[in-house]
Amino acid sequence: MPLYLNDDQTLLRDTARDFVAEHAPVSHLRGLRDANDTTGFSRDLWREFADLGFTGILIPEAQGGLGLGHVEAGIVLEEIGRNLSPSPFLTTALAAVEALKGTAHADRWFPGILAGETVAALAIDEGPKHNARITLQATRAGNGYRLTGTKQFVHHGHVADLLLVAAQTDAGTALFAVPADAAGLTANPERLADASIAARLTFEGVEVDADAIVGEGDAALTRLLAAARTGASAELVGVGAATLDMTVGYLKQRKQFGAVIGSFQALQHRAAHLYSELEVARAAVLKAQQLLDAGTEAADAVAVAKAMTGLATTLAVQEGVQMHGGIGMTDEYDLGFYMKRARILTELFGDTNFHADALARAAGY
Amino acid sequence: MSDLDQFRQETRAWLEENCPQTMRTPMRSEKEATWGGRNPEYAHPDQKLWLDRMAARGWTVPDWPTPYGGGGLTPGETKILREELARIRARNPLHSFGISMLGPALLKYGTEEQKLGHLPKIARGEIRWCQGYSEPNAGSDLAGLQTSAEDAGDHFIVNGQKVWTSYADKADWIFCLVRTDKAVKQGGISFLLFDMASEGVSTRPILLISGNSPFCETFFDNVKVPKANLVGDLNKGWDVAKYLLGHEREMISAMGLGATGSDALIEAARKGADPLLRAQIALFQVRAQAFKAMSERFIDELKAGRAHPAQPSMMKYYGTELNKTRHELLMAAGGSDALEWESDATHGGAPARTWLRTKANSIEGGTSEIQLNIIAKRILDLPS
Ligand SMILES: Cc1cc2nc3c(=O)[nH]c(=O)nc-3n(C[C@H](O)[C@H](O)[C@H](O)COP(=O)(O)OP(=O)(O)OC[C@H]3O[C@@H](n4cnc5c(N)ncnc54)[C@H](O)[C@@H]3O)c2cc1C
Repeated sequence: MPLYLNDDQTLLRDTARDFVAEHAPVSHLRGLRDANDTTGFSRDLWREFADLGFTGILIPEAQGGLGLGHVEAGIVLEEIGRNLSPSPFLTTALAAVEALKGTAHADRWFPGILAGETVAALAIDEGPKHNARITLQATRAGNGYRLTGTKQFVHHGHVADLLLVAAQTDAGTALFAVPADAAGLTANPERLADASIAARLTFEGVEVDADAIVGEGDAALTRLLAAARTGASAELVGVGAATLDMTVGYLKQRKQFGAVIGSFQALQHRAAHLYSELEVARAAVLKAQQLLDAGTEAADAVAVAKAMTGLATTLAVQEGVQMHGGIGMTDEYDLGFYMKRARILTELFGDTNFHADALARAAGY
Repeated sequence: MSDLDQFRQETRAWLEENCPQTMRTPMRSEKEATWGGRNPEYAHPDQKLWLDRMAARGWTVPDWPTPYGGGGLTPGETKILREELARIRARNPLHSFGISMLGPALLKYGTEEQKLGHLPKIARGEIRWCQGYSEPNAGSDLAGLQTSAEDAGDHFIVNGQKVWTSYADKADWIFCLVRTDKAVKQGGISFLLFDMASEGVSTRPILLISGNSPFCETFFDNVKVPKANLVGDLNKGWDVAKYLLGHEREMISAMGLGATGSDALIEAARKGADPLLRAQIALFQVRAQAFKAMSERFIDELKAGRAHPAQPSMMKYYGTELNKTRHELLMAAGGSDALEWESDATHGGAPARTWLRTKANSIEGGTSEIQLNIIAKRILDLPS
């Protein structure tokens, strides 16, 4: 398979690009923030995503979806990143669908996701840094389990219908599908730096049936995380690409010393370097997506994608603000929103250091 | 089974049978590279065996047409061959400026006679080429070159001096940029091929910081060059030169992949790197693996005619900077073991000499600064 988008994928990208730019540009995020919206995204927009079929990208055709793959999901996510559109796409249409696909839970949750009604959230992290250690306890209770513990950094955790919860059972780790209205579960939403909302969740003996288990052992969680990380990487590429575009656009227009600043070689070289880092990151993401779609071993490629997009997009927003000068520091200008979203996405599901460390361990050093 | 799957199986079986075990180990020093030419040097007899077997199939240049000594493979087959060679860590059967630089330029700009005359010899490693571009006062500003070629009826008379001509003292032929019109800069350059054994050609080696002397000053004193050796039109050599430079950059960018260097780095890290070095190596690995994906994408796009014409500049810039970092880390990981200059243990100081050699990666073929200029102007469209 060549490592570029094929014609169908290019067509999807054009559709997604037009749609997201028109319906959820940065002003949409700004509007939600200024209105002090407490949902974190627009339900109407989520339904429009569904109308276009986007929410069913990864859902098999037999179950009403488009039966496409990670490359296609990433195409939508890149546009979401480019426009900073608040959306449960990553957690719901990508990660949750990937985790539930082929399990008994699919029939229950896929119709709502296809309709743009259902929102899923990922309850994975228990501390300020993503970490493989899971301490939330799932103890046997009658026919089912009782969940006790806390999670944090759960995007949409306060408004979700479905929570995918990583827990520790007697037999090891397991992934649970927990309806958000379960008794004993409380969600404390907190606004983050980028105006998105993530919850701290407390599970106080939340009772679930035995069939709430989506998968046991590391495999289910690994599959969920591979999808989520690759998706977050695609979104980061979008954030970085938009930042580069804004910056290059500004360099061509802003005049100082009687010349457009883009004619100064010191800035040209930094912009060219930034472009190179972003291209390399983009290739790494497509590689991970294609490997996941082919069902081939992808752990290293996923780690590389997440680490590399973290490096490249962090550079993009830092250089972007610097090269814009003072205007880049103002709330009125959109650039700052990109810097904030980049920081959150870089942290999500493991930052650059976390994934570089994983690569080193895999290589045996 | 698809045709490509079958091709992979057959290729794998053929390589298994025909690639000598000695050619499946990393080269330990520059001296083990196979360059071919009229006076070939082989550090090991298997080098010749491996070259001959690959050349017989046209697999030194798998995607060139068969009449020119190529393998006539499709892009898909070429990719599979490359993957299978990498899988067994096969050494490059032939290092050649003919393959990586002149060949593509001749395929595009050469006459049929020039193609048939030169390409098969390049493919079989019979003629070794060198590149006569740079001059003492024309480095980054290459179009400022002064070496002249004067019209003398059926031939040109070439006079002037080149510098940094890699392996000029070992090469059989040179592809050379000459001035055929003094009044215009870019528009007065022509692209000539000639035999280094021609009367009036002389070379003087230049010693490098690595202790090796792979390149030379090259002097031309009334060298007679037949007009049939002009590639492309008179005064239109700049187009050929730039096209060739794109391929040179592509070749140099592959240094960023440095698979064997990366293995050595990971090996060194396993032996116990301090935590800070371990972290640096891990972050390097992120970039190196991402660049590997970028290279795959670049080659796929190139074969499909989708790559931006200036993309080789980005590949060259990133790949060479990466390779320099790799060898800085290898030196840091190696400690005093890597510093020995002549010992058997280091195969004649290979780690240190290679480390020093890589510093040229971001200079040769156009400096990193020049690549960044090109990216800024041609890809990002920033003004002058
Ligand atoms: C190992 C090696 C092998 C080589 N092999 C060959 C060969 O086989 N054949 C051949 O013809 N040549 C060869 N070269 C020459 C090579 O192409 C030149 O060295 C190179 O193009 C740079 O030219 P220069 O050395 O004259 O440096 P200069 O052009 O003098 O550059 C000096 C410094 O100024 C910077 N600079 C120059 N112009 C600009 C600008 N506009 N903007 C910003 N910075 C600028 C450069 O980046 C560099 O840092 C080789 C060089 C090396 C090191």
